[in-house]
Amino acid sequence: MKNQNTVFFVRKEFAPSRPAPASTVGVLGWIRNNLFSTPFNSLLTVVVGGLGAWSIWGALDWLIFNAVWVGGNEACKANPNGACWTFIGTRFDQFVYGFYEKPERWRVDLVILVLFVGVFWTGWEKAPARRWAGGFMLILFPWIAWGMLYGGIFGLPIVETSQWGGFILTLVVSLIGIIVSLPLGILLALGRRSNMPIINSTCVFFIEFWRGVPLITILFMAAYVLPLFFPTGMNFDQLLRALIGFAFFAAAYMAEVVRGGLQSLDKGQYEAADSLGLSYWKSMRLIILPQALKAVIPGIVNTFIGLFKDTTLVLIIGLLDLLGMVHAAIADPNWSIRSVPTTGYAFVAITFFTFCYGMSRYSRFIEDKLNTGHQR
Amino acid sequence: MTERAATTSILNNSEFRRILYQLLIAALLIYLGWSIVENTIANMEARDIRTGFGFLNETAGFSIMMSLVPYEPGNTYGRVFIVGLLNTLLVAGVGVVLATIVGFLVGVMRLSQNWVVSHLANIYVEIFRNVPLLLQILFWYTAVLKPLPGPRQVFERNTEIYFGISNRGITGPEFILLENFSFTTWTILLGILFTIGMHRWSKHRQAATGQQFPVVFVGLGLIIGLPILIFLLSGAPIEFTPAKMGRFNLSGGITIIPEFLAVLLALALYTAAFIAEIVRAGIQAINYGQTEASRALGLRNGTTLKMVIIPQAMRIIIPPLTSQYLNLTKNSALAAAIAYPDLVATFAGTALNQNGQALETLAITMTVYLSLSLLTSAFMNWFNSRVKLVER
Amino acid sequence: MNTLPNPESRAQPVIQIQKMNKWFGQFHVLKEIDLEVVTGERIVICGPSGSGKSTLIRCINRLEEHQEGQIVVDGVELTNDLKHIEHVRREVGMVFQHFNLFPHLTVLENCTLAPIWVRKQPKAEAEATAMKYLERVKIPEQAEKYPGQLSGGQQQRVAIARSLCMQPRIMLFDEPTSALDPEMIKEVLDVMIELADTGMTMLVVTHEMGFARTVANRVIFMDDGQIIEQNKPEEFFNNPQSDRTKLFLSQILQH
Repeated sequence: MKNQNTVFFVRKEFAPSRPAPASTVGVLGWIRNNLFSTPFNSLLTVVVGGLGAWSIWGALDWLIFNAVWVGGNEACKANPNGACWTFIGTRFDQFVYGFYEKPERWRVDLVILVLFVGVFWTGWEKAPARRWAGGFMLILFPWIAWGMLYGGIFGLPIVETSQWGGFILTLVVSLIGIIVSLPLGILLALGRRSNMPIINSTCVFFIEFWRGVPLITILFMAAYVLPLFFPTGMNFDQLLRALIGFAFFAAAYMAEVVRGGLQSLDKGQYEAADSLGLSYWKSMRLIILPQALKAVIPGIVNTFIGLFKDTTLVLIIGLLDLLGMVHAAIADPNWSIRSVPTTGYAFVAITFFTFCYGMSRYSRFIEDKLNTGHQR
Repeated sequence: MTERAATTSILNNSEFRRILYQLLIAALLIYLGWSIVENTIANMEARDIRTGFGFLNETAGFSIMMSLVPYEPGNTYGRVFIVGLLNTLLVAGVGVVLATIVGFLVGVMRLSQNWVVSHLANIYVEIFRNVPLLLQILFWYTAVLKPLPGPRQVFERNTEIYFGISNRGITGPEFILLENFSFTTWTILLGILFTIGMHRWSKHRQAATGQQFPVVFVGLGLIIGLPILIFLLSGAPIEFTPAKMGRFNLSGGITIIPEFLAVLLALALYTAAFIAEIVRAGIQAINYGQTEASRALGLRNGTTLKMVIIPQAMRIIIPPLTSQYLNLTKNSALAAAIAYPDLVATFAGTALNQNGQALETLAITMTVYLSLSLLTSAFMNWFNSRVKLVER
Repeated sequence: MNTLPNPESRAQPVIQIQKMNKWFGQFHVLKEIDLEVVTGERIVICGPSGSGKSTLIRCINRLEEHQEGQIVVDGVELTNDLKHIEHVRREVGMVFQHFNLFPHLTVLENCTLAPIWVRKQPKAEAEATAMKYLERVKIPEQAEKYPGQLSGGQQQRVAIARSLCMQPRIMLFDEPTSALDPEMIKEVLDVMIELADTGMTMLVVTHEMGFARTVANRVIFMDDGQIIEQNKPEEFFNNPQSDRTKLFLSQILQH
């Protein structure tokens, strides 16, 4: 009886929830838990935080607070300890349009405008008629854009590709790479999964070859060897040659991403498609590919990011993309100032960072959405 | 009627279709290949381009600013190939080591509980992987290393230089190992052998008696500490010959050229950002329950890492890590942009421009990179099949 | 059969928890917990999900930190002192809902890892002990396999054997059968019942009321982060006092 009393217990008054001790929550608790939880952690906070703050402050100081924003090269010469943004300012048109003729530059502006509107329209989940926008951007826009830029249609005067340069060239190379690589990559991926030995081995060889060599050797190949492959007298301009090499390279990488998507699909999906009696192409188009591509959107976007960064390599074969333009402008003796090279590269770096980081955030966003889709 | 049925049936026969498709593709490929070969031959004749690999034995006639093997302009294109290949392997090899160190450090920092540390690591990763590598190479070269003051501003005339940095790169003394240095070499070798033995012995002893032995600390002492002691006791037998600053220029000493430094820094820091992500993902992929189970068993944090977390994380990390190493090696071809004399810059660049045999030169260059790729994927297949977790 | 230990040994409880409070951020997850456990006691903790029962037993081997009050295990108070924590973890075994076996090690290596690295046992001795416990959980023939090759019930039995290899004085079970298919629950419960017969001190968080009736000598009901009621099992099930307990039992015993 006594024993039972020691065991028996029933709570009559329920304890209310109390706020946590002040030292463990709120700003103080957060600081303690995240920054100073152990002596080693405190040391780390002080040392690493100090170094970090010092370098971030130094970068901001150089880029913004101490930078030269107005004036000419004299102003930059006078201030060696800050960025020389006036250099970018005076050369800005060249960095964007290259040597594209001035009166025709509205065409470039229009193409860029349509591009950005189209991309946002396609990327924004709730946009109306999103599919149509996507289809337009992938299928029609490239042709219209090329026509607008090159001319020869609608009575527009022709602007030779040798005059293209700067940011617009970067956009052209990356967009062609992206737009060609998707369909070609899908075909290669399907071919690689085919059970027909000739098709399969052709695709494997193609993919592994382009993925196995550095892009720069491909561009050299396109520049020096490709003309030999075509009948005498058939002449490509240099940009087109580079574009062919770049697009094949891009397609090989895209193929591997798409293959990942095809492999991730449940076998049941293939069996279900077969059991419906659909032909190969119909089942791929209606059932398999939509799912496979959706599953690898993050991978596709990451490939885009890689390709976008890789466009800079065209400068090695003499095409002046954004980086090439800036790199060339730095050599201008009028601007032979200590701060100019760093400013130029910082400008290009910020441009690329904005695009790549934006794309990677978007891909992360899609990834999170896809993940929750799987959980439910 | 019957005839039509027969035709439809053979066209719908899947086996027949398979063969037909493949024959069509094969025919297309053969036609393409044949016309390319024919066009190429015709074009080469028209442009008077020689063919064949005979050029490898001809004199190159140009100089190369950095070479690991003796080289002079009188050497052959074959020698140029060797020099370029070695320079590529050098920058890639050092780059891999550096990228691994920085990458693992940043990856672990990203997982730190410390808010400041993890966020700074994150900033590093985002900046370095979202800016094109070529830009980073040009930045280090054109904006950082080249604008450094020249030797004449840095060094006083007629002085001996043991260490210095100028726009000519890092200058240090040449060193000659004297005879007595062999003691130190032997100590290092013995230290390594002894540590391997000690590792085995300690494993056996732990199996037999359960006692543990601090192999790492003692091993470090044997491999690093003891040789230093021997080195000092034997009278520090290294002779340094410093570089000399003449009237206009540096002479003697060892110089690490800025081209090498720029490519190395850019490759290592860029790849480190990707490696950091791989390391973070690899460690995060391990269920927290593994750590909890290990702790509940009473294992210390160090042992938990060594026996539970790292073995599992490495299985996930090593395959993508290997492909990053391959990427780094392929990316080292960008060195051509600043004329670091790697394989692409010397052989597929200068040599190609001189002899005009683009097809052969590029074929050789691409074969080198393709072989490296194949080796890497062979390694990855082997590794994956070896460490695959056994499941039902 | 389920006699309580004599009052003398109650004077020296193996686990003492006094006025313990724990928060997750601002959420007050454990409130004013007072609990004493003596050697050989077998306690079942039940309650609705989110009542803090798992968190409570995870505080006992410091997988979770408490912010207020005192926890003394095996005469050692749990503080930030690593030596104390290591001591407690050596003496307290734990079995998890999701087994948490080490997938890269064989069953035998799972069992010998801690004895070798923590207890510093010779390998042969650790393996002999491991085989003994694997026999006790009736899977000695699986010793060389990897966890991925075993069924859920077998994995959980390995997890129990792995904990026992450290020869702990107390065993904590955190919903050991919740992740198992119905046909595998019995094989795990049978092992736990046999373990109880050896006199092991056990704290079990579970919804298996049959197990509580036959094995436990005390049942604790938790809700809203506090201990609402505790009693001997027959009293607890037949004559619950608190309204909350009644509600919970009516819900869980409906099936």
